[in-house]
Amino acid sequence: MLDMVLTTGVAHLTIGNLVMWLIAFFFIYLAITKNYEPLLLVPIGFGILMVNLPLTYLMEEGEGLLWRFYHYGLEWEIIPPLIFLGLGAMTDFGPMIANPKTLILGAGAQFGVYVAFFGALILGFKIPEACSIGIIGGADGPTTIYTTVHLAPHLLGATAVAAYSYMSLVPIIQPPIMRLLTTEKERKIKMRQLRPVSKREKILFPLVTVLVICLIVPASAPLMAMFMLGNLFKECGVVKRLSDAASNELMNIVTILLGVSVGATMSAERFLKWEVIFVFIMGLVAFAFSTAAGIVLAKFMNLFTKEKINPLIGSAGVSAVPMAARVSQVMGSKADPKNFLLMHAMGPNVAGVIGTVVAAGVFLALAG
Amino acid sequence: MTEVTAPMAGKIMDVKVEVGDTVNEDDELLILEAMKMEMPIVATASGKVKEIKCKKGDAVGADDVLVVIE
Repeated sequence: MLDMVLTTGVAHLTIGNLVMWLIAFFFIYLAITKNYEPLLLVPIGFGILMVNLPLTYLMEEGEGLLWRFYHYGLEWEIIPPLIFLGLGAMTDFGPMIANPKTLILGAGAQFGVYVAFFGALILGFKIPEACSIGIIGGADGPTTIYTTVHLAPHLLGATAVAAYSYMSLVPIIQPPIMRLLTTEKERKIKMRQLRPVSKREKILFPLVTVLVICLIVPASAPLMAMFMLGNLFKECGVVKRLSDAASNELMNIVTILLGVSVGATMSAERFLKWEVIFVFIMGLVAFAFSTAAGIVLAKFMNLFTKEKINPLIGSAGVSAVPMAARVSQVMGSKADPKNFLLMHAMGPNVAGVIGTVVAAGVFLALAG
Repeated sequence: MTEVTAPMAGKIMDVKVEVGDTVNEDDELLILEAMKMEMPIVATASGKVKEIKCKKGDAVGADDVLVVIE
C-alpha cells in the first residue's frame, strides 16, 4: 500500500511546488481576468503548473516532453527568431521611415538596459547574468529570452516573466514617469502629420537594415535577419501567403511552444531564490530608466531642432509594441484632446525593437 | 467653415453627432480606431454640424475630411 502511495505525485509534493502552483494560478488569473499578456501568460502559467508536478519528469533531460520543447525550441535558438519572423510580418516601419529622427529615440531608450546591467553587476551578478537582466529594459520578450538562453539559462524563467510582466504593465509604469519629466506645455506639442511612405522605401528598408545592422553587430543576425525577412514578406506584396503564415499560424504555434517552454523552466528549485527577486527589481529599474531616457532625449533633441518633438513619444522607444505607443497617445490626448501622437510614437516604438536586438547582439558578442 | 480631418488612417467605430447638431469645441464627434485603439475625434471649433462625410464602419485615410462644422 505504502509503495503504491509512493508512486503517486502527491507523496512527493513539496511546499515549493505548491508555491509555484500559486504563481501559476496567479498568472492564469491575470491573463484571463485582467487580460495581461494572455497569449503568453496562459501557456507560461500552465507550463509552471506542469513542471511542478512531481514524478512527471516533463523536464527530464533527454526524455521529458517539455524538455524537448525547451531544448529544440529555445536552446537550439529556433523559437525566438521565428517569433521575430512573425513580428516583422506584423510591423509597419512607415512611421519610422517617415521620421528617421525617431530612430535616435529608439536607440536612446536602451539606456535603461545598460543602467540595469551595471546595477546587476553591483548586486553581485556575473557579467552574463547582468546582460540577461539588463536586456529586460528593452521590454522585448523574445530578445530577452534569446539573450538569457545564451548567457544565463538558469535565469530564463525570471527574466522572461519580468519582461512580459513589465510589458503588460506599461500603462501603469510609464505615465507617472512621463508626467514627472514633461511640462503641460510639452505634452501639448502637436506634431506635423507624417509624410506618406512609398512602397519602394518600405521594400528597401528591411534589405538595407539587415545588411547594415548584421555587418555592424553580427551577433544580432538570427533575430534581425528573421525580423527583416518577415517585414520583407509583408511589404513586397507578392508573398501574401508567406506573410499571413508568418504572422498568424506560425506565430501562434511558436507562441504556444515559447510560453510552455518558459513556464517549464520555472520549477520550484530553480525559481524560488532570492536572486529572482533582484532580477525583478533590476528589470523594473531598467524599464523605468529606458522610459525616462527616451523622454529626456526627445527634450534634448528639441533644443536643436526647429520642428519640435512631443517628448511623450520618447517613452515609446522601450519597444513593447504597440502598448508604449498607445500610452503616448493617451497621455498626449489627455493634455489636449486634439493631439494625436499614436503614429508618431510608432516610430520610436518599432525603432526600439531594433535597438533592443542590437543591444542584445552587443551583449552576446561581449559576454557570449 | 471648419473641416475636421482624420489624424491618421483608421476605421470609424462610431458617429456621435448628426447633421444640424450644435457642438462646442472639444466635443466628441466620432470614434476612430487605429492600431486596435479607439480614439475620440473632437470638434476643432464650435458651431453647427453641416456635413458628415463618413459613416460607422468606413475605412478612412489620414487627412480625409470627416465632418464639416459651420
